[in-house]
Amino acid sequence: MSTDIQDIEKELIEEFDLYGEDWEGKYGYIIELGKYLPKMDASLKNDTTLIKGCQSNVWLYATKDQNNIIHFTADSDALIPKGVISLLVKIVNNQPVDKIKNYDFGIINKIGLKEHLSPTRANGLVSMINKIKTLAN
Amino acid sequence: MSTNIKDIRKDFSFIAQSDKIYFDNAATTQKPENVIQAIAEYYRSQNANIHRGVHSWSIKATELYEQTRESVSKFIGAKYASEIIFTSGTTDSINLLADGLFNSYLQKDDEIILSVLEHHSNILPWQTRANKFGVKLKYAQLDKNLSIDVMHLQSLITDNTKLIAIAHVSNTLGVINPIQDIIQIAKKNNIPIFIDAAQSVPHITINAEELNIDFLAFSAHKMYAPTGVGVLYLNKKWHDKFFPLKSGGGAIKDVDFYSTEFADTPQRLEAGTPNIEGIIGFNAALNYIQKNGGIEYFQTEEAEIYHHLLNKLTELTDDLDIYALHNPHKLSAISFNIKNVHPFDTGTLLNQYGVAVRTGHHCTQLLMKHLNIQGTVRASLGIYNTESEIDRFIIALKKTIKMLQ
Repeated sequence: MSTDIQDIEKELIEEFDLYGEDWEGKYGYIIELGKYLPKMDASLKNDTTLIKGCQSNVWLYATKDQNNIIHFTADSDALIPKGVISLLVKIVNNQPVDKIKNYDFGIINKIGLKEHLSPTRANGLVSMINKIKTLAN
Repeated sequence: MSTNIKDIRKDFSFIAQSDKIYFDNAATTQKPENVIQAIAEYYRSQNANIHRGVHSWSIKATELYEQTRESVSKFIGAKYASEIIFTSGTTDSINLLADGLFNSYLQKDDEIILSVLEHHSNILPWQTRANKFGVKLKYAQLDKNLSIDVMHLQSLITDNTKLIAIAHVSNTLGVINPIQDIIQIAKKNNIPIFIDAAQSVPHITINAEELNIDFLAFSAHKMYAPTGVGVLYLNKKWHDKFFPLKSGGGAIKDVDFYSTEFADTPQRLEAGTPNIEGIIGFNAALNYIQKNGGIEYFQTEEAEIYHHLLNKLTELTDDLDIYALHNPHKLSAISFNIKNVHPFDTGTLLNQYGVAVRTGHHCTQLLMKHLNIQGTVRASLGIYNTESEIDRFIIALKKTIKMLQ
């Protein structure tokens, strides 16, 4: 049984809170999170898995098992987007479809990076979240 | 008359009040106070639609509007003010040009020569129409310094070549192309030439008449003026044989049910109510440049800080790939990447350190393909930037390198 979405989120928020106002530390941690993404098979990096609307390439692939649990794999060719997608995947990975559908993705605000990772066209955060929601549908 | 940069900075409140460093001037420049005031003043006490009004408000607004045309024609060395057509920007200018040339000059199997370093705005207006009308595009390659390779361009010319359309200065690399050589080749072969001057007119002197240019385009907002204003310079010899499809109010002498007698150029090409306040603001920007020593002064000052930027970046060549670094003909902009690091990461962290640069392909994907990269980080300078800002940028860049490598 996987941990509840809210618990994972809470744990991540606590990790980020340790850095206080130190944005360099927070970014360092985001980049670090990217390194823990499981390696994505090259054959899964294609037009279907590519998230449109990012300046860098971000790929996201999902499979749903017989229990309606979704398993995500992701990668990016840039460090910060890779960390961000890793953060999002960490929360929604191995979760039931319903829980993902009801999750508000408030994590970015709660870790104090809202002004830095604003939903502009360039950083693709909105596109990443939309893609996760689409895959959960 | 000379001036100094410290005084100039005070005129740009957005720059003066911010502790951030603005190095995205190739995208757009900040506006001096007199430009902002000219726009406000227009709405407070001069607003009326131009041309054809018999009332004094319209006459005054028309006067101000036409003064800008005079100023622009002097600024770029046009022989006649009527050679200046107002558009909404360089992209609009090139689309108008392509529309006119495809409608009244180019024919099936004709050829247009572009180059690999062109901005998409000097590719797509040609490509979309060329595909529709059976016109062929050819691309001049770049030499080892990433300037347009003049020899290669020359080798592309055939009897069917009907236009050469190239950038004066590369928006991505800051490279100044050898346009005099290219114009000479064009003229020798009786081929009209279009110069995309969006990145040169804001920085260096241009004389369209002396250079013997047929068409030239640039944007006001990259030279301290408002957005939404551009210029198409249309040499007078084309005035009677240039008929774009775009038309409407204000462009005519007499309209009948199935045919129309059009007004003369430029009115014929400026259908609809133009961006009057923007064009009046443009004149204020040109006045600002003149009042502060003219573009010659800007050129000298900018060359000095640009040189400083290049020197400082050169010290970091162990960590950076710098594009066209050894090309001696460059201005304002420089593109680079931290080795093995995506430009998005670099731009994001530089922003965190308070430096505004641009990242990505800069609307030059053909150039990115030529360099075999996805994008670059581009720093581009304007008249208000200082050596101390460059030094602070370098400190931020060093920290960014440390975080990402």
